[in-house]
Amino acid sequence: MKFIELKNVNKTYSTGVTALADLSVVIDKGEFVFVIGHTASGKSTFIKMLYREEKPTKGSVIVGGVNVAKLRNRKVYKLRRKIGVVFQDFKLLPKLTVYENVAFALECLGVSASEIKPKVLKAIEIVGLKEKTRSFPHQLSGGEQQRVCIARAIVNEPKLLICDEPTGNLDPDTSKEIMKVIENINKDLKTTVIMATHDKEIVNRMKKRVLLIEHGVLTGDYLKGSYKSHEAH
Amino acid sequence: MKPIRIIGRSIRDAFKSVFRNFSLSMASILCATITLLVVAISLVIAGNVENATKNLKDELTIVVYLEKTATPDDASLIESKIKEIKNVNEVKYKSKEEWKLEMSEYNSSFGNVFENYEENPLMDSFTVTVKDVNSLEDIANEISKMERVESANYGEDTVNTIISVFDVVEKVTVIVVIALIFVTAFLITNTIKLTIYSRRNEIEIMRLVGSSNITIKLPFVFEGFIIGLLGSLIPVIVTIYGYIIAYERLGGHIITELIKLIPPYNFVFIIALIIAGLGALIGMLGSLLAVRKYLKV
Repeated sequence: MKFIELKNVNKTYSTGVTALADLSVVIDKGEFVFVIGHTASGKSTFIKMLYREEKPTKGSVIVGGVNVAKLRNRKVYKLRRKIGVVFQDFKLLPKLTVYENVAFALECLGVSASEIKPKVLKAIEIVGLKEKTRSFPHQLSGGEQQRVCIARAIVNEPKLLICDEPTGNLDPDTSKEIMKVIENINKDLKTTVIMATHDKEIVNRMKKRVLLIEHGVLTGDYLKGSYKSHEAH
Repeated sequence: MKPIRIIGRSIRDAFKSVFRNFSLSMASILCATITLLVVAISLVIAGNVENATKNLKDELTIVVYLEKTATPDDASLIESKIKEIKNVNEVKYKSKEEWKLEMSEYNSSFGNVFENYEENPLMDSFTVTVKDVNSLEDIANEISKMERVESANYGEDTVNTIISVFDVVEKVTVIVVIALIFVTAFLITNTIKLTIYSRRNEIEIMRLVGSSNITIKLPFVFEGFIIGLLGSLIPVIVTIYGYIIAYERLGGHIITELIKLIPPYNFVFIIALIIAGLGALIGMLGSLLAVRKYLKV
């Protein structure tokens, strides 16, 4: 079932740089998709368009039936409630505990305290940080901080989880653990996952669909596991 | 329920973050304190200048003398005519007999002089006060044209000079106060911007988890309100106690008895209210402006 559809998307920044050129792609509900490409290839722009951090210059970006490109600024928050975003640099609030950081996402939406507690505890449990609920970010390792970030992204049970280089700052072993967490979320919660990464090792190992973007053009769309074999040829 | 929860949470968070980011909040509060203190002092001065000029202006009157042959009937006719003129505030009649009595009582030599006259040499008069001193000249001219009126004087040249000086003084104080308020707004807004700059991450996360702009702005607006209000605390106390003490020490007037100070009660409370309101308002607007910068969608 179609969940995300980009049709002839172009993006040219005011500086004159073309980040994406005539990009069209369809992603189904519950899919796990890697977006790969070199630095400045346009993959970040692609990701940012999905949660309307950027707007296309031309074309349409449809997420869950809504044309994000035409969404009014003051309605954008409604889209973002359906999307969880995980970043390379975690973006945790240093003065809040793990629990508070995750709860923050729900508090901002005006969810009642009685609803917040079970949801937050469940999200923390999914990412495997039950023992660290009361810790502050500076007391956690990089991998643990990324788990908090993931818990915050999924606490509102989003239909789409966007990960922008989530393992960029982590060592290979920790990266594996984080990928396991994300994979479980995709399997168990049926959340569609779109992940931008540089890490070929992860992409090869996980055998998921891969979108390759080069110089703003979608040069490859490899179905599950075919990316690795393609590289090998 | 939801909006109430969001407002409740915003107020709670505002208090929390004032204390969590204490050093930055303190910088904003101190900035507000110092600038509002200057505004408070200038407001007190401006209020008193305004009051003194108004008092002096109120004392400006037109003295109308009637012709010696004027009868009491003429006098009452003239009185009603004067009252009909626009901007006339009050008309007081004093007959020549009253003048004579008053002058004799003031100095007995006047009494001796009057005894040399068969008839009272003085004239019946009206003292006319006006609502707007700028119409003094027109009213005086109009009265002097009336029948049976000998003269209508208001001290022409001196009064015109005084009025124009007062107008300039009033305008200057108003301009100074407004300029000071702008400077205050600018300084407070900028210090609050620094506070918010350090929390742009928080704003970014709020945006990404799907907070509407209004829910993002609210806690910061409340925080600005608290900072502005706390900043106005010392200026308010200084204004109230400082003015009451100064008023008592100076005996209610400054330089000469002619320049009376405004009595402290009500006046200090009005100034205090203005300062507290100004602090809170500038704090809120400053925060709002600063947050907007980080709210690109």
